[in-house]
Amino acid sequence: MNGYLTVKNLSVSLPNGVRILRNVSLDVAAGQVHGLVGESGAGKSMIGKAVLGTLPHKIEITGGEIWMDGVDLLKLTPKERRKKIGAIAALIPQDPLTALNPSKRIGPQITSRLVEILGWSQQNATARAIELLEQVHIPDPARVMRSYPHELSGGMRQRILIASAFAAEPKLIIADEPTTALDVTVQKQILKLIAHMQARHGTALLFVTHDLGVVSKVCDTLSVLYAGKIIENANMRRFFTRPIHPYSRALLAATPTYTNPDSLLTSVSDEIVEGLANEIHYHDIRNTL
Amino acid sequence: MIYRVKDLRLSFADMARKPLVGRAPRIEVLKGISFDIPKGAVLGIVGGSGSGKSTLGRAMLRLIEPDTGKIEFDGVDITHAPEATLRPMRHRFQMIFQDPMSSLNPRQRVGTIIASPLRLQGLDGIGARVDEALDMVGLPRSFAKRYPHELSGGQRQRVGIARAIALRPDFILADEIVSGLDVSSQAQVLSLLDELVRELGLTLAFISHDLSVIRRLCSDIIVLHHGEIVETAPTAQLFNAPQAAYTRELLDAIPLPDPDQAWA
Amino acid sequence: MRDARGDMRRPLGLRLWLSGGWLALLVLGAVFAPVFAPQDPLAQDLFASRLPPFWVEGSEAGYPLGSDSLGRDVLSRMLYGAQLALIVALVAGTLTCLIGATLGLIAGYYRGWPDLIISRFIEIWMAFPPVLFAILLIAVLGTGLSSIIIAIVVIDWTRFARVIRAEAMGESAMDYVASAQVSGRPRFSTMLKEILPNVVPTIVVLLTLEMGIAVIVEAILSFVNLSISTDSPTWGSMISEGRTSVHQAWWVLIFPLFALFLTVLSFSQLGEGLKDRFDPVLR
Repeated sequence: MNGYLTVKNLSVSLPNGVRILRNVSLDVAAGQVHGLVGESGAGKSMIGKAVLGTLPHKIEITGGEIWMDGVDLLKLTPKERRKKIGAIAALIPQDPLTALNPSKRIGPQITSRLVEILGWSQQNATARAIELLEQVHIPDPARVMRSYPHELSGGMRQRILIASAFAAEPKLIIADEPTTALDVTVQKQILKLIAHMQARHGTALLFVTHDLGVVSKVCDTLSVLYAGKIIENANMRRFFTRPIHPYSRALLAATPTYTNPDSLLTSVSDEIVEGLANEIHYHDIRNTL
Repeated sequence: MIYRVKDLRLSFADMARKPLVGRAPRIEVLKGISFDIPKGAVLGIVGGSGSGKSTLGRAMLRLIEPDTGKIEFDGVDITHAPEATLRPMRHRFQMIFQDPMSSLNPRQRVGTIIASPLRLQGLDGIGARVDEALDMVGLPRSFAKRYPHELSGGQRQRVGIARAIALRPDFILADEIVSGLDVSSQAQVLSLLDELVRELGLTLAFISHDLSVIRRLCSDIIVLHHGEIVETAPTAQLFNAPQAAYTRELLDAIPLPDPDQAWA
Repeated sequence: MRDARGDMRRPLGLRLWLSGGWLALLVLGAVFAPVFAPQDPLAQDLFASRLPPFWVEGSEAGYPLGSDSLGRDVLSRMLYGAQLALIVALVAGTLTCLIGATLGLIAGYYRGWPDLIISRFIEIWMAFPPVLFAILLIAVLGTGLSSIIIAIVVIDWTRFARVIRAEAMGESAMDYVASAQVSGRPRFSTMLKEILPNVVPTIVVLLTLEMGIAVIVEAILSFVNLSISTDSPTWGSMISEGRTSVHQAWWVLIFPLFALFLTVLSFSQLGEGLKDRFDPVLR
């Protein structure tokens, strides 16, 4: 496993012992898009947070390694870690509404990270911000820079967040359900934009989502997560034509597709859930904390 | 006809643009909506955010009052009827809400939540009805003692359904009820709704932004865009031969789990 | 279903015990003051003046916490002073809560005209400087227990009203309230049965906070001799008198001050602890 981001046997738990991630291993190759699929509560956001060092208070990493750009982040001191992550990684968050500071104009929100943390000059940072706003097809970037978040639509805000993420030329971006809160037509635009920006900047992208339809449009490879455990890893084409694990097959079957007039929405059957529970149980016994 | 809506118009005051002196300008949310819902139909109401679909739903349930136009429920004009007139009728048209977190009172037990409308309508045999409602939505009877925060999103949504059907209404409006749920919970809730419509002879209006979900459930569809109906059609026809440009845009935007989908 | 905050509850439990414990002690002391007090709180004995507390040399039995310059027993005066403090806390606190929370609830839920009137009322009312207002009020009503209580209520009800109004507004926007309307619940019933239970945790916290404030306000008023008649012992007047003899008899100042501090602290901690106990969501 030799990706730009390599997670090896990562385990995360609550202090009372409840496991959130179970020996998660995945690989994001440089310049590739890797999807992380799972239902809500599966723990997919937690992986992103563990990598970026933003796990909620009290939730702890109990084992494993996180290799980014040749360095195991977990072996660094918190300060070194923050510096390293700040320099090469960025996040595209889920909710464009709450991710932007409502009392600050857009301009400072994009440039402040460049100026204060990465030491750019204000002039360079502003020029860079405008350049990126153009790349994400925002009309009249100068005016938008002076606007407040509430004056802009959800789609626009998400574009700004995408521009912001690419601003410092990160080597890795984690996109945490970036289109879940958006309308289907806006989602299409944003997905295409993310794919375009990723290709243009050659960034490695970890794309977290619960929507298999979305995965098939942006990802090169993917992992399926259930209850904190990776169930299947695959490259995209293989996954959609020949899914291996019964859970993967059930997920595909349960995804609504309107094209098949007889498509029955099936849910994940009880046998599969039971099978999964056994897998998890077996894993936990072999890996007592 | 269960519902007849004629030329419905509704606007809100735009408080953000209110001048210091004088009234705030109005934002038109519904710009002349007309449609009918025959008894037993399952009508899909589709639109993006800002289309007015939620407002339409709330107007149909008379949670808000329209400016002009007419809403008739089973022949009765409810457009501007005061709450006192509506109350005795309320058990006949019910609503299931989008957000399973905020639609259940966090400090009431599930049993109370379901029983409350029954009590208000002065029905008896409430305990039995609550049990029956829970059975019908596939939840164990013991859930009646639990609080909403002890349930998952899908389970909470089913409680919302139980609450609506306990009254044996003629009509139910489901406002984006599966949008916050993951795929398998979605499928369960939709199957449940499908079953209930058949078992209880309900008429249903299903608001959603997700066409895939609509197709599964609905017999007819209206497409809303910026407060206006841009297309009305039976389901199969809408999907096979969409007329309006916006409808086609909606259909094209859906990402299917298929790597070969032409998704330009 | 436990959540990750489950293990935070241990310190809360301790908090509840300590604050509840002190307040229970206070209540006991106040109620049974005639039994526990070693002396008559008003009895002056110039031969027993400025006696130190029992652990210091020179103390006398019968004056466990010492005596003041007029020979009055500190402990006895504190116990009787506690009576006043608690009565003010309970009565003023509860009345303020009732008036403020009710108006806030109505304004927040009904909005429209009731809100316009109540909100304007609150704004105008809050424009009066509170201390001046209190002094003015007492000048008009005269000193005495009921005057203090009225003064506190009159000044502080707006605190409740504003907070509860905001909470009620927030809850009113929730779908379960719309659901109540769809079920045919009349508005007044919705306010009582749906909104109020969700606002109670905040009310509990504010109420205990208010009790603490009431105690302090009374102490301040008696400090400046605007409280009840100057004969009866109050913590505030004890502190006032204790100031003048702090170098010779520090205990006259320190003990009532300490009691005041502990009492106010206990009230606020009690509120925090109780709120979580009674809230099924946080349990």
